[in-house]
Amino acid sequence: MLVHLRRSLVMAVICLVLFGFVYAFAGTGIAQLFFKNQADGSITANGSTLIGQNWTSPKFFHGRPDDFGPYAANAKQDVSGGDNPLEANGFSGESSATNLGPRSKTLETDTKELVKFWHSMGVNPTPDLVTTSGSGYDPDISPQDAYVQIPMVSKATGLSPKVLRTLIKSQSHSAQWGFLGASYVDVLQLNEALAKLS
Amino acid sequence: MGFFFTLVALVVLLGVTWRYLGSYMEAVFDGRVHWLGFVERPIYRALHTSPEQEQTWKRYAGAMIVFSAVSLVFTYVILRIQGSLPLNPQHLGGVGSGLSFNTASSFVTNTNWQNYGGETTMSYFSQIGSLTVQQFVTPAVGIAVAIVVVRGFSRRNSPTIGNFWVDITRCMLYILLPIAFLFGIIFVAQGAVQTLAGTVSVNDALNGVRQTIPRGPIGFMEAIKQLGTNGGGFLDANSATTFENPTGLTNFLSIYLLLSIPVALTYTFGKMVGSVRHGLALLSVMVILFGVWVGFTSYAEHQNNPAVAAAGIHSTVGNTEGKEVRFGDTSTALFGVASTQTSTGSADASYDSFTPMGGFGLLTGMMIGEVTPGGTGSGLYTLLIYAIIAVFIGGLMIGRTPEYLGKKIQAREVKLAGLGALVMPIAVLIFTGIAVSIAAGKAGPLNHGPHGFSEILYALTSQGNNNGSAFGGLTGNTPFYNVVGAIDMLLGRFGIMIPVLALGGALAEKNVVPESLGTFRTDNGMFVGLTIGVILIIGGLTFFPAISLGPIVEQLSHGRFF
Repeated sequence: MLVHLRRSLVMAVICLVLFGFVYAFAGTGIAQLFFKNQADGSITANGSTLIGQNWTSPKFFHGRPDDFGPYAANAKQDVSGGDNPLEANGFSGESSATNLGPRSKTLETDTKELVKFWHSMGVNPTPDLVTTSGSGYDPDISPQDAYVQIPMVSKATGLSPKVLRTLIKSQSHSAQWGFLGASYVDVLQLNEALAKLS
Repeated sequence: MGFFFTLVALVVLLGVTWRYLGSYMEAVFDGRVHWLGFVERPIYRALHTSPEQEQTWKRYAGAMIVFSAVSLVFTYVILRIQGSLPLNPQHLGGVGSGLSFNTASSFVTNTNWQNYGGETTMSYFSQIGSLTVQQFVTPAVGIAVAIVVVRGFSRRNSPTIGNFWVDITRCMLYILLPIAFLFGIIFVAQGAVQTLAGTVSVNDALNGVRQTIPRGPIGFMEAIKQLGTNGGGFLDANSATTFENPTGLTNFLSIYLLLSIPVALTYTFGKMVGSVRHGLALLSVMVILFGVWVGFTSYAEHQNNPAVAAAGIHSTVGNTEGKEVRFGDTSTALFGVASTQTSTGSADASYDSFTPMGGFGLLTGMMIGEVTPGGTGSGLYTLLIYAIIAVFIGGLMIGRTPEYLGKKIQAREVKLAGLGALVMPIAVLIFTGIAVSIAAGKAGPLNHGPHGFSEILYALTSQGNNNGSAFGGLTGNTPFYNVVGAIDMLLGRFGIMIPVLALGGALAEKNVVPESLGTFRTDNGMFVGLTIGVILIIGGLTFFPAISLGPIVEQLSHGRFF
């Protein structure tokens, strides 16, 4: 018993050093040396390309409704909204989904509200545009999600639908290696490219 | 079509892994691998032990229990005092006692159930020194226990079954560390974050959005989180976040990593007992059940979400609620099945928002005991329990003393196997019964109606199976769920491991009976079918009433919302 205890204590310290600190520090060293941009969070001039943002102006393509409509940040109701990695525009939050079940009345009403919002913007929404993501800050939409927003963006910016279609096409990434996952458009990069056009 | 190629690539990659990682692990536990000897030998010296010092099963179990208890205390203390420790750029305070106890139990049992949001609760010191360390230790302990049972079959007339310290050291050094490190680099190259620099603030001039983004040593934790079937991520939303799981490739590699060791252990088993065919038989059990579950779960997730459809949106891209665009519906379902049928429990989507039948797939994947392929080590030893029960039932049918790999399966072995198979269902059902009966338990769920019940059932099933995934709507950070969950996890881990070690010891003491014409074959299709039958019957009989009140009612209530 005592010999077990002594060995356990020694082993716990060895593990703390070797599999905690040596592992994490060596990993961080290599990551910072060879992949600094990724390791720091893919930060660009207007934010991280991997973290979704709340786009409200019709002059830009919108991401998924993680932080608008029924899911908007609301200080009164203590709702942080999505798109809040830790803090965004004064609201604090953390990554998470709505966790509403498939037969949730709340999900049904929220979705109806979002459909109404999109219709008022002249957009016929796709499923991605009325449902929230798993992380609460999905940075991507599918190319189809972007195409259906063309009427809204075109009206607000004055750019022709044809130009916008070409833009979306140039910003679309197909599924990785052709088969892993699904095709997507990074909303931040798409809007940066759009801002350059207008 | 993409999903088809994903499955093909996964099968091919796992096939190669089964063969080569399997034989490599056999060499590691046989002591024929020495390339990190300069680290390995000093550890033995510090512990005053050596590979030659073999232990009886009782000493082995004693060492395992004491070491786990010490790990529990270490983890608990670090979480409590993290406010006074370095590596805390967000200046987070110490974690509360209930939550620390739950989290320590969770990581020491390989469960990685998380009642906390990582980015707002845990300092870097806690993530590295407390959580990541256990993500190396607990899979090693699980694999060591599985190796003991295998030695039970491969040794004859042996009073000893190996040395606990040597087994876990070899497992961590030669198997977990190199693979995790390699994949950590790949994850970071793909976009996972790995820094100690704290949060970053960004400002988007285009839309006026300011964000404070949490960062940390995420990528390398991610690799061992999946490889060790741990599942506890750095961030609250786990593998759904881009910082943990940035691309379709990392999603695929996550699925591959969490399946690789449990699958390859069947080859290790076959090689150690001198019959790869027996390992192949166990692998077939895993593959058949896993395939069926992947089939119907990904089909279910490719359907409409009922609530979204009721709002007038009909989908051709499946149920998108709670899912990330870059993964798509079917790959997300594959991730979910892989994660719940191993003891991983990581999530690249909100499982709570899966369709009723998709959620059924995840929940029942855990209820059949996590043997397809199960956790690192725990999958193999739990499957061996079912195999022994199958042999016993087969023996009863043909009226002969059952044998498995030449070892007679007698009253003692059957009792121990029965105990091992029953601990988890008993714990899960009793605790679920308590939770739905008292106010503290009923306060947990976010959703109403049958889905609320599913959230409770899912939580206690997940913890009893040391899985760690959740229907995330449940508010778990309450005194009731913290304590009951911790007990559930500890029972689900050690309540099975101790009978399993006793089983290994009992088997090792036996001699081998020579095979004869009347011996019940345990390496053919008949045996595979019988074992699958045992798994489904035990799981079905124990859990059907509970599951029918949750996902099944939900699926059948057409047009009703709660």
